[in-house]
Amino acid sequence: MIPTLVVVAYLGVVLYIGIFAFRRPSGGGTGAEDYFLAGRSLGQTVFLLSLFGTNMTAFTILGSAGHAFSNGIVTFGLMASASALIIPVSLFLVGPRLWALGKLHGFMTPVQMFRDRWECGHIGTAIFALLAILLVPYIIIAVMGGGTALNAISGGLVPYWLGGGVVALVVMSYVFFGGMRGTALVNTFQTVLFLSFGAVAIILISGRIGGFSAAMESLLASETTAPLLTRERMPPRLFFSYMFIPLSTIVFPHISIFCLTAKKMGQFKKTVIWYPMCILAIWLPCVFLGVLANAMTDVPEIAAKLEARGALALLDPSAGAAAVAELQRIAAGDDVILRMLDHYAPVWLAGILGAGILAAVMASDSQVLALSTMFTEDVFAYYGGTQRFGERVQVLTGRLFVVLVTAVAYVIALRAPTSIFNIATQYAFSGFSAMLPIVLAALFWRGSTKWGALAVTLWTAGTVIAVAVFQAVVAPAATPIPVWTVGGLELITRTPGGTDVLGFMPVVPMTLISGLLMLVVSAVTRKPSDATITRYFLP
Amino acid sequence: MTVSRRSLLLGLAVLGLYALHQDFWFRDVARPLVFGFLPIGLFYHVVLCLAITGLMWVLVRYAWPVALERAVEDAPPSDASSSVPGDRS
Repeated sequence: MIPTLVVVAYLGVVLYIGIFAFRRPSGGGTGAEDYFLAGRSLGQTVFLLSLFGTNMTAFTILGSAGHAFSNGIVTFGLMASASALIIPVSLFLVGPRLWALGKLHGFMTPVQMFRDRWECGHIGTAIFALLAILLVPYIIIAVMGGGTALNAISGGLVPYWLGGGVVALVVMSYVFFGGMRGTALVNTFQTVLFLSFGAVAIILISGRIGGFSAAMESLLASETTAPLLTRERMPPRLFFSYMFIPLSTIVFPHISIFCLTAKKMGQFKKTVIWYPMCILAIWLPCVFLGVLANAMTDVPEIAAKLEARGALALLDPSAGAAAVAELQRIAAGDDVILRMLDHYAPVWLAGILGAGILAAVMASDSQVLALSTMFTEDVFAYYGGTQRFGERVQVLTGRLFVVLVTAVAYVIALRAPTSIFNIATQYAFSGFSAMLPIVLAALFWRGSTKWGALAVTLWTAGTVIAVAVFQAVVAPAATPIPVWTVGGLELITRTPGGTDVLGFMPVVPMTLISGLLMLVVSAVTRKPSDATITRYFLP
Repeated sequence: MTVSRRSLLLGLAVLGLYALHQDFWFRDVARPLVFGFLPIGLFYHVVLCLAITGLMWVLVRYAWPVALERAVEDAPPSDASSSVPGDRS
């Protein structure tokens, strides 16, 4: 009961911050730019912490620990250190240029820039549609994470459907009232909270289990768990594939739009430098604790997961998809960190740590706001809505859109009990990575054209749909199933967790072919006017 | 050192860290446990994160787009509307 009360108090604080931002707009404005971009006035600390927090989701704490529980230390290399390199480099290359062009030409969304940069209209709408569709799963993840987290923190007192609903409602409320300023302030508060989470959790659990060395030695002593302390089970091509996932970050609308909120270009400097350290601070404890959970057989829920994993490994290859799915569901580790805290932490501290987890879960607020910004700017305003009804109605439309998106995400979350991690990587992340050539070409290549951008958009949409349909049609088994083999070479394989193309994740060919399409199609189609190109290629 | 040569070196440094990330040399080994509990493969990636932070500092220090920053500071206030023109194709 106490942890639940602490979490409820936390949700109250978050709501207050959001509504406070609504009542006291420091920029003083009431227009679209103030609501959607905080008047391009965010200071250094808020910009850094909020940008980092914006990029953290339920997946960061729950998903990473769960993935580490099943796959071992490889999780850190796959996601954390890969992101620690790719994200700051892409922020360094793209962020300042995006900010400068937004400031100079008044853009509030990337699609506005694409339309102007390539002198196009409906192609921009196609890009908007794809970005928006790809963003929705990310929002669903947050609702699912909220349901899982509140359910576990309350010891089952708050059912999954209610937990997800409460989190969705709180996020919706402060985004609705506070806009970007409220969202950024809440994100800053949340980032501080969940950055502290890892250190506290590590110290606490270490003390309760009598240090980590004995636990690690016990994992090494067992044949089944020793491989978790290496990455021998992870094929090198799959490991390499994961480097393509963080390429998605700068393409995510909530990140690219957030780049426009900085007061000065210099604010990117500290963000770029400190980003890898922030990743280290949050991911290392989560991955380490996720691996360590394999030694905590005294926690009944974790013991049940280990048992299901063992049964999965011994399952007859002819076993039906339903049996595999059920065992995968039980063995999934999305809630291991919560189970550990529940078992090892004092109740009051479990509540505070649970709030830290919820902080990461609720960082989806920026995605909701970004979707609303894109809809009102790229569709409502572009097709004449603001001209006809005024800016007040535009902001009101944005707010109503926030409500609509949240409601839809909640309904879907209730009907899609799939692992948080799988949904995120297979669809949204891969699709955004494949869209990266559009952003790079717009900013760095004078010769790029709208037709090149359209080709990339259609390719990305087509491949995301193809992967989704393929995985729906070909059911997973306990072991990989070669689906298309040519001359002994396995071209496409259905794996228990997804799909492989020549041993790589689909994101690799998707992104490489996207880049190629941008190059080839742009090379044979008409460029924008010199006047437009000149405006985009500043010193 | 010329700007293009510096950019090339920094680009190579980024690619170098990209290659170092693939650490196949620690792929199959867990020992030694650094500090008694951190498998070597995990410790390696922690050190890699620290090296990346150092490289980011170098990038910001020596490859920051100063000219772009000045261009924005010197530009008159934007009068662009949120409805950006296009040919609707």
